[in-house]
Amino acid sequence: MNATMFSALAPILILSLTAIVLMIQASIKRDQSLAWVITAVGFVLTLCGAYYARDFTQSVTILLQVDHWSLFFTSLIMIASLVTLVLSRDTFSPEGERKEEYYLLLVLSVLGAVVLIQSSHMVSLLLGMELMGVALYAMIAFPERGHLPLEGAIKYLVLSACASAMLLYGFALIYAATGELSYAGIGAKGALAYLENPMLIMAGSAMVLAGIGFKLSVAPFHMWTPDVYQGAPTPVTGFLATVSKGAVFIALSRFYIDGALYQYSGLNTALVVLAIASMLVGNWLALRQENIKRLLAYSSIAHFGYLLVVLIALTYVDAGLVSQSITFYLTAYMVTTLAAFTVVSTVAGEDTAKQDVSAFEGLFWHRPLEASALTVAMLSLAGIPLTAGFMAKFFVITLGIQSGLWGLLAALVVGSAVAIYYYLRVIFAMSKSTESTGESANRLEKLLALVLLASILVLGSWPQPFIAYAGGL
Amino acid sequence: MVMINLIVILLVGGLLAILSERISDTMPRKVAMGVVLVDLLYLLVCLSGMPDITQLQAPVASDSSSWLMHFKAGWIPAFGISIELALDGISLLMVLLTLVLGAIAISASWTDIVVRKGFFEANLLWSLAGVLGVFMSLDLMLFFLFWEVMLIPMYFMIAIWGHENRGYAAMKFFIFTQASGLLMLVSILALVAVNHGATGTWTFSYFDLLNTEMAEQTAHWIMLGFFIAFVVKLPGFPFHTWLPDAHTQAPTAGSVILAGILLKTGAYGLIRFAVPFFPEAALNFSYPAMWLGAAGVVYGAVLAFGQTDFKRLIAYSSVSHMGFVLLGIYAWNELALQGAVMQMVAHGFSTAALFMIAGSLQERLHTRDMREMSGLWQQMPRMGAVAMFFVVASLGLPGLGNFVAEFLVLLGLFQVNVWITVIAATGLITGAAYSLLLMQRSFQGEVNKKWADYGLADFGPREMLTMGVMMIALILLGIYPQPVLDAAQPVLQSLLELTATPALASAEAMQ
Repeated sequence: MNATMFSALAPILILSLTAIVLMIQASIKRDQSLAWVITAVGFVLTLCGAYYARDFTQSVTILLQVDHWSLFFTSLIMIASLVTLVLSRDTFSPEGERKEEYYLLLVLSVLGAVVLIQSSHMVSLLLGMELMGVALYAMIAFPERGHLPLEGAIKYLVLSACASAMLLYGFALIYAATGELSYAGIGAKGALAYLENPMLIMAGSAMVLAGIGFKLSVAPFHMWTPDVYQGAPTPVTGFLATVSKGAVFIALSRFYIDGALYQYSGLNTALVVLAIASMLVGNWLALRQENIKRLLAYSSIAHFGYLLVVLIALTYVDAGLVSQSITFYLTAYMVTTLAAFTVVSTVAGEDTAKQDVSAFEGLFWHRPLEASALTVAMLSLAGIPLTAGFMAKFFVITLGIQSGLWGLLAALVVGSAVAIYYYLRVIFAMSKSTESTGESANRLEKLLALVLLASILVLGSWPQPFIAYAGGL
Repeated sequence: MVMINLIVILLVGGLLAILSERISDTMPRKVAMGVVLVDLLYLLVCLSGMPDITQLQAPVASDSSSWLMHFKAGWIPAFGISIELALDGISLLMVLLTLVLGAIAISASWTDIVVRKGFFEANLLWSLAGVLGVFMSLDLMLFFLFWEVMLIPMYFMIAIWGHENRGYAAMKFFIFTQASGLLMLVSILALVAVNHGATGTWTFSYFDLLNTEMAEQTAHWIMLGFFIAFVVKLPGFPFHTWLPDAHTQAPTAGSVILAGILLKTGAYGLIRFAVPFFPEAALNFSYPAMWLGAAGVVYGAVLAFGQTDFKRLIAYSSVSHMGFVLLGIYAWNELALQGAVMQMVAHGFSTAALFMIAGSLQERLHTRDMREMSGLWQQMPRMGAVAMFFVVASLGLPGLGNFVAEFLVLLGLFQVNVWITVIAATGLITGAAYSLLLMQRSFQGEVNKKWADYGLADFGPREMLTMGVMMIALILLGIYPQPVLDAAQPVLQSLLELTATPALASAEAMQ
C-alpha cells in the first residue's frame, strides 16, 4: 500500500470514519438530529472523496479496482443514499429510544455497496455483499410497529443466506477449476479450464449467477421481493431498490466482463432465460397489485430483466458500448425509482392503507408537485419518450438489435406493452377528482421531488452530455 | 425556425391557459383559441413569403433543399439524432388541417367542460403541438417522440373529462397506441442498425435512411413493424377496436381531435415512411394491405349500421372511411394517392362536425342513445339542417369533398384490382344506409315527448360560425379541389418516382 492507494480509497475510508464517529457519538450523547447531520456530512464528504479519487485510479491490492466507472457509481449511490437519508428523517422520528442506530446501519450498508462496486475479486465481492446485506436486514426490521417489517426482514435474511451459500459454493467450484479468485485471473485461465472440465466452470458460474440473481430479484429468484418491498419502511425500500440492486448489478457486470464469462454460451442461455422470465413474470404479476410498493417491486423485477439484455449483448458488441448502456440504464432507473419512492414516502408514509393505488386518487389536485413527480416517474418506468426511462430502453433495444437478440426483444416489447397498464393505473388514480385534501410535505422533501423530476426530464430530453460522459468512463 | 416556433407557441400557450384560469373561469378557452389562431396566422404570414405552393417544382424526396421549409439542428449527436423538421405540400396540408380543426375543437367544447378548464385547454394545445411535430419531423427519433408524446395529453383528456366509461377507454387507447409505438421503435432502430451496418454511421435522418439497402427478408419484417404501428393509429381492420371506445368516451373536443387529426397521423406515416423506406417490400405487401382496407370499409360500415349510440356510429363510420385511405395508399398510383390525401382532409372536417353535433346533443339531452332521440329537427331546426349537410357529406354526395376523395380512390384502385374496387365501392352504399339511419333516428320522425318541454336550445351564433367554416371547406373541396390536389401532387409525384423502379433509377445513375 502506498499513499496514492489511500487516496484512491478515499470514499471507503471516509465512510468507515463516518461509521466510527457515529458509534462514538452514540456512546456520548444519543441524539437523532445529530446522528442525521453526521451521516449527511459523511455522505457529502464521501461524494467529494469520490471526486478526489478520480486522479488516483488504480487497482488497490488484488481486491479492489478503483476506476472511473466504479467512482461514478460510487457517487451515484452516495446521491441515492442522501435521498434515502432525507426521507428517513421523518420516517424514523417516532421510533423508540434507539433511532440513532438506523443511521449507523445505513452508513455500513452504503459502505458494503461501495466495496461491492469496486470489487475485482470474489472475496471483496462477498465481503461487500454481506456487509450491505446484514445491515439491510436490520434496517428492514427497524420499525417496532406491526408484523410486516419483521416478516420482510426474516424472509430477506433466510433467502439471502441461501443465496450467499450458493454464491460461496459457486466460488469454490470456480476456484477448483481455475485456481483463481480474482476476476481477471478467472478471465485469463477460464477458457483453458473450461476445455479440461466444462462442468466445474459451468456449475460454478451458474451457482454464482443464482446467488447474485437472488439479490437482483430476477425471476425465478424473485419470491422475496414484493413482501420485503412492502414490509420495509419506505425509505429503506427505496434504498434496497436502488443502492443495493444497483451495486449488485455493477458487481455482476464486472464479474461478467472481467471474468470473460460471456464466452460460455451455456451461461448466456441461462441469462436469456432469466431475462425473459423476469420481463414476463415481473410485468405480469404487477398487473394485479393494489399496494404501490408491491407494484414497484414487480416493476423492478422486469427492469432488471431488460437490463440483463445488455449483458447478454456483450458476446456480440464491444464492451465499451455495453458499459455505457449499463451506466445510462442504471442511472435512469435509480433516479426514476428514487423519485417514485420519494413521492410514496412523503404521500403515503408507513401507513399500509395509504399505500394502495386507490389511496392516491385526486393527488393531482391537492398535491400537484408530488403527483407530477410520480407521473413522470411512472412514464419513465414505462419508457415514454422525453423521460430518462425512454433513453434507457433505447440503449437496450439498440444493443439487442445489433446483437440480433430477437427473442429477447419480442419479450421486451410484450412486457413493456403489458407494463403500460399498471403504470397508467397509478396515473389514472391520481387524476381522479376527489374532495379530500392531503397534508403537505416538508420543504426538503418537496425540493427533492422537484430535483428528481427535473433530472428524469433532463436525462430524457437532453441526454447528449450524459451519454458522452458515460461513454468516456 | 418557423416550424419550431409553431410548436413552441402551442406549448407555451398551454402553460398560459393553465395560468389564465386564475384570472377568470372563462379565460382559458379564450386564451387557447387565441393561441391557435395566432399560430395559424403566423403560419399563413410566413407562407406568404414563400413561392406559391402550386408553382413549386416537384420536391425530390431525397434532397432537402427542394422542400418548402427545412430546419436541422443537432440533438443527440452520439447516435446521429437531430432536430430535423421539414415542410412539403402534404405536411403543409396536414398542418393547416390540424390548426383549423384545433380551433374548431376549442370552439366545440366552449361550454361543455366544467372542471379544471385551464388544464383541459392546456392538454388540447399540447396534443396539437405533438401532432404538428409528427407532421413536420423528418428525423425518425424526433418523429417517434412526437408520435408518443402527443398521446399523453390525449390520454388525460379522455381520462379526466371523458364520459361514463372513461377509465377503460383511456387505458385501452393508450395501451393500443403505445404497444404499436413500441413495435415502431424497434423497427426504427432496426432500420437504423441496418443502415449503420452498411455505412458505419449512426443516423436517424429521413434523407439518409431513404436509400438504405437491405435484404428482402429484413425489409419485409421492418416494413411490417411500421405498417402495424401506423395501421393501429389509422385505424385499419383488425386493429380498430380501441377507436369506438376512445371516440365515444372522449369529450367533444377530444373526439374532434382524435377523429379529425390523430387518425391522419397513421395515414401520413404510411405515405411518408412505410412505403418510401421499403418500396419493394411495401408493394409486395400491397394486396394484403388493400384487402385489409376493403375489409375495413365494409366491416366499419356494417358495424356502424348496428349502433344505437350516436358517437359510436360515427366512430365506426371513421373505420370505414379510413379504409379508403388505406386502399388509396396501397394502390400507390397518383389518382388513388390523391384520393387518400383528399379523404384525409375531407374526413377530418366531416367527422369533426358530426362529433361536434353529437357533443351538442349530449350536452343538451345528456344521452347519446339514438333510441331516445326522435324528431329533434322540429325543436332544433338549425342543428337539424347542419346535421343533414354533414351526414350527406359523409355518405359521399357529389359536390362535397368526401365524394371527390372516395371517387379518386376508387378510380385509382380500379386500375390495380377490379374486385377490391367492387367490394370497396359497396362501402358507398352501406355508407348511405347508416348515415341516413343516423339522420332518421335522431332528427326526423315523431317528436319524442320526453324532450317536448325540455327547452332545447338550437345552435347559437358560435356554433353556426364553427359549422359554417367546415361547410364552406367541404363545399370548396367538393367543387374546386384543385388547390389541395396541386399541393399534394408534386410530393406524390416524387414519391412515386422514388419507389417506381429503384433498379431503373440506379441504372440511369450508372450511365
